[in-house]
Amino acid sequence: MLRKTIRDLLETGHVKILLNLGDVNYIDSSGIGELVSGFTAVRSRNGELKLLNLTKKVHDLLQITKLFTVFDVYNDEDAAVRSYR
Amino acid sequence: MTPETKHLEVILDTHVESVNLAEEMCLRVAEAVGFNEDECYRIGMSVREGVINAFHYGNQEKPSKKIHLALDLTQEKMIIHVMDEGKGFKLSDVPDPLAEENLLSTSGRGIFLMRTFMDEFDVVPGRTGGAEIIMSKKIPTEGKPSENGNHRKPSSDEAPRKEA
Repeated sequence: MLRKTIRDLLETGHVKILLNLGDVNYIDSSGIGELVSGFTAVRSRNGELKLLNLTKKVHDLLQITKLFTVFDVYNDEDAAVRSYR
Repeated sequence: MTPETKHLEVILDTHVESVNLAEEMCLRVAEAVGFNEDECYRIGMSVREGVINAFHYGNQEKPSKKIHLALDLTQEKMIIHVMDEGKGFKLSDVPDPLAEENLLSTSGRGIFLMRTFMDEFDVVPGRTGGAEIIMSKKIPTEGKPSENGNHRKPSSDEAPRKEA
C-alpha cells in the first residue's frame, strides 16, 4: 500500500513527500524495506521523502538500523513542511 | 533437554499466514511465563523475522515445503527454533545491514533484528535439511514457573497494532 501510494504520487509529479507515521506503532524488517524503497524511489526523481511523528518503537527501530541518520525526521508538521521550501 | 524442559512443536505451511500464527503462539507462551510488554514485542518481532526468513529465503515460498517451529521452556529461558526445508546458510555469509554500502538495501535486516532483540542467537544445520534458527531469551525471575508448573500471567494493555 505504501509502495503504491508513493508510486502514484511520483507519477503525478509529487516529489516532496512527508510521511506521517504517527499511527504506526509496529514495523518489521519488511516495513523498513518499504520505507527505504520509498526513500530511494523519491530521491531518484530528485525529490525528498521525510518522516513525521515517529512512535517510540519505530524511532528505536530506525536508530538501531542506523536509518535515523538517513531519513529526515520531524515531530512538528509545520516545521517539516517549511523544510521543503 | 532436561525433564524440566517443556517442549512444544508445530509444523506450519509455507504460507504468509504462518507468520502471524507463529508469532501468536510464541507470544501466548511468552506472556504466560512473565515477559513484559517490551520483551514480548521483541520476541514477537524475532519470531516473525525468523518465520519470514524460513518462508521466503529457506523454503523459497514453495507450498510443498514446511516450516517447523519449536519452543523449549526451561527454568531459565525460552528457546525458539525455526527450521526450514531449504539449503541452509551460514551466518558469516549474511551481509551486515549496518555497513555503509548496505544501509539503503531494501532487505537483509531480519537476522540483525533477531540478534539484536534476543539474548542468544545462532543458525545451525537443521534436522529438516535446511537452516535452523535458534534464539532464546532469559525468563524474568518473577515469571519463573512455580513448583506446580504454573506461571504468572502479566496484565496487558497493549495498543492495537498497525503496520506500515
